[in-house]
Amino acid sequence: MRKPPLLLAVAAVCTVAACGSGDSGADEAAGGPIAVKATDTGCEVGKTTVDAGTSVFAITNGGNKVTEFYVYAPGDRVMAEVENIAPGLSRNLHVELPAGTYETACKPGMIGKGIRGALTVSGSAPALTEDAKLAEATASYSRYVKSQTSALETKTTEFVTAVKAGKVDEAKALFPIARTYWERIEPVAEIFGDLDPRIDGREEVTEEGMKFGGFHRIEKDLWAAKPDISKDGPIADQLLTDVKEIVQKANAEKLSPLQLANGAKGLLDEVASGKITGEEDRYSHTDLWDFNANVEGSKAAIASLRPVLEERDPALVKTLDTEFANVDTALAKYRDGDGWKLHNQLTQADLKTLSDAINALAEPISKVAAVVAKKA
Amino acid sequence: MPWKMSRRRAITLAGAGVGLGAAGLAGGAALTRDPAPEPVSDVVPFAGPNQAGIVTPAQDRLHFVAFDVITKDRDKLVQMLRDWTAAAARMTAGRDAGEIGAVNGEPEAPPDDTGEALGLPPSSLTITIGFGPSLFQRFGLASQRPAVLEPLPRFTGDTLDAAISGGDIAIQACANDPQVAVHAVRNLARIGMGTVSVRWSQLGFGRTSSTAVGQATPRNLFGFKDGTRNLKAEQTDLLREHLWVQPGDGPDWMTGGSYLVTRKIRMLIETWDRSSLTEQEGIVGRYKGSGAPLGADAEFDEPDFTSVGADGQPLLATTSHVRLAHPDTNQGARMLRRGYNFVDGSDGLGRLNAGLFFIAYQRDPAKAFIPVQRSLAANDEMNEYVRHVSSGIFACPPGLTAPDDYWGRALFA
Repeated sequence: MRKPPLLLAVAAVCTVAACGSGDSGADEAAGGPIAVKATDTGCEVGKTTVDAGTSVFAITNGGNKVTEFYVYAPGDRVMAEVENIAPGLSRNLHVELPAGTYETACKPGMIGKGIRGALTVSGSAPALTEDAKLAEATASYSRYVKSQTSALETKTTEFVTAVKAGKVDEAKALFPIARTYWERIEPVAEIFGDLDPRIDGREEVTEEGMKFGGFHRIEKDLWAAKPDISKDGPIADQLLTDVKEIVQKANAEKLSPLQLANGAKGLLDEVASGKITGEEDRYSHTDLWDFNANVEGSKAAIASLRPVLEERDPALVKTLDTEFANVDTALAKYRDGDGWKLHNQLTQADLKTLSDAINALAEPISKVAAVVAKKA
Repeated sequence: MPWKMSRRRAITLAGAGVGLGAAGLAGGAALTRDPAPEPVSDVVPFAGPNQAGIVTPAQDRLHFVAFDVITKDRDKLVQMLRDWTAAAARMTAGRDAGEIGAVNGEPEAPPDDTGEALGLPPSSLTITIGFGPSLFQRFGLASQRPAVLEPLPRFTGDTLDAAISGGDIAIQACANDPQVAVHAVRNLARIGMGTVSVRWSQLGFGRTSSTAVGQATPRNLFGFKDGTRNLKAEQTDLLREHLWVQPGDGPDWMTGGSYLVTRKIRMLIETWDRSSLTEQEGIVGRYKGSGAPLGADAEFDEPDFTSVGADGQPLLATTSHVRLAHPDTNQGARMLRRGYNFVDGSDGLGRLNAGLFFIAYQRDPAKAFIPVQRSLAANDEMNEYVRHVSSGIFACPPGLTAPDDYWGRALFA
C-alpha cells in the first residue's frame, strides 16, 4: 500500500480518556493494583467496578499458554492491552478509563475473543465532541500500535536470536508469531518508505541495488529442503535493527482518522492480494497467521473509529460487525492448535470461501474513509 | 462532442427521453413507463414485456457470468436484485452504475462506478438475468421451480468442468463494445459482493448467430456461417411457439420468460484446419463459402435431405450437423441461438484455446436443446473436433413492466 495522503491532519490531542496509559506510575488508583489471575481457561479479575480515572491491573499468567490482557470499550475498542505474557510471568497495565461500561479479556494462546468479563467504571465524564471523538479514535489506535510494536520488538528479538544460534526449529516456530504483530499494523509500517520492503519485502519486489533481506529471506533459508541459516546472522541483525527503527518511528507517528480508515481497508487488501494467493509466505505457507493478523489489525482500526461511525453511519457499523464476524467464522475452520493450517493444506474451494468473506467485508470498509472525512 | 465530458452528460445530451426514463428507476424504485420519444440508436430499452438481450439483434460482444449465492439471508438477496436492477437500468442507458458516478463523488470514497465506460456510448448494451436450478433448493423457492428447470442430462462425450458450469444466477451482458459489456459485469459483481460470488465468467468476441432478419449470418471459428436457420425477432408466431414461456406452461412468474442453455464448446482448431474442405463441408452439411446446404444454391435454401450423390449416399450425410440439428429431424424443435466465438489465449501445448460459447433460448429445453443435443452427441461427425467443457441452464424471467419491478420480484413475492 502506498502512503495514504494526510488529508485530515487531526493531531492526536490528549483528551481525558486518551492519555497516560501505560507508563505513568504516579497516579495509581487507590487500593492498589487489581489482580488478574489468567490461566488457560480462566480470567479472574479482582474488581469489576472501579472509579473513573487510572486503574492498574496486575496480570499473572498461571497457565501454560502465552496470554494477553485487554480492556475493551463497547465494540471491542481497545482502551489498553498488554501482549505476550509468558506462562509464570506478571505484568502491570495502567489504563485511564472514563465512566462507562467496559470488558476485560484474557486471551490464552493469543487468539479469538478471549475470556471476557464486565467492568463498570463509575463517575462522570463529559460527552466527547465530534472532534474529540476523532482525536480519541487516533489516541486509541496509537495505544494499539504501541502494544503491537512492543510485542513485535520482543518477538523479533527472540526470532533473530534463534536464527543466529542456528536453532532452525525454534526459528520456524517463532517466524509466524513475530510476523503476527507486524501484520496487524503493517499500514503504519508502510508509511516509512524503505523500511517496509527491507523488513517484509519479497524476493521479486526487491528493487535494483537492494539486497533481498528481512523476514522472507530468512524464511526462504529456514524452509529450504536442507535448511541452512549459518550465513543469515547479518541478515537477522539487520532485520532487528530495522524493526527497532520502525517501532520507534511508529510510536512517534501522529496518525489521522483518515489514515486509520484507509489502514483498515489496506489490511484487507493485503489479505485479498497476498495472503489468499499464498504468495506472502511462499516458503513456510504460514499465510493464515498473517491473514488473521491483518483482519485483527483492521478490526482494531475500525474499533477505534467506532464512536464516530456509530454517530454518523450506524447502519455501516452494523454491516461491518456482521461481516467481521463472518470472516472470523470462515477463518476459524482452519485453526490448528494454537496456530493455523498451512496455506497449501487448503483447497481452492476453501480459499474461494475465504476470499468471498474478505470481499464482503472489504466493500463496506472501503466506505469508512468518506464517512470519517465528512464534515460534521 | 468535447472530450472529458462525463458519460452521464453525454447521454443526457444525446437523448434526454431515455436518460430520464432510466433516471426514474435509478432514483430508487420507480421505473417510469413514459414511452421514450426518440430512442437513441444504440440504446436498447431495458424495460418491456420480455427481457432485452434475447431477440435483440445480436450484438458483437459478450461477457457472460454465473454467480453462486453465498448469503443465507433472503432479504439480502432480494435487496441485491433490486440494486442490480437499478444499476442495470442505468448502465443499459449508457449511464454510470451508481447514482453518484465514477468521478462525481467524495474524494475519500471509492467511486460507485468503476469508470472504464466513461465516454463510451451505450453500445446497445443489454443485461439479461437467469436463475439456475440450484437456486431453487434454497430460500423457500422449491415450489416455484419450473419442472423443466433441471440440470441438463449428461450427453455422450461430455467433458464438463464443474468449476465453469452451472451457477445460481446468470447474467448475460451483450454490447457492441467489449469494454461496455465487461463494465456491466464488473459493476454488478461488485454490487453483489457478500451476497453472490462469481463462479465463472466467459468473454465472447464475435457473434455466431443473427437474431433479426436484417443481420448477416456471421461465421464461427470453423469458418462456417452459423445460425442460418435461427429464430428471428420478426417471427412473432414462431417466437410464441418456440421461445417465450406461455401461460400455463409452468409457474406464473416465468410467463413471458425463456429458458437459457449455455455450453462452452472447445473447438480443436488445429486438427480442423488440416481437414480437407470436402470433409469440413460434409461434416457441417453446408458449403463453406455461401453457407448453402450441400446440393442447394443459396444460404437460406431448405436443405434437401432426400437427394443422393453419385455414390448412392445422401448428399447430406445422416451424420452431418445440419441434418441432425434440423427441426425436421427433431419434431420441429426450434431455439433462438445467440452464441459467441471465444479465444481464451492458447493452452500449454500451443493450441488455440478457442471455440463457441453456445447460447440458446427456448420455451422448453426438454423439447428443444435436450433432444437436439442428444442426437448431435450420439451421431454428429463434428464431435471429433469439439469438446463440451461447460454447461448451464437458467430460467430467465419476463421483462420488467411495472414501475416498482425488479429482477425476480414475482419469484420472491
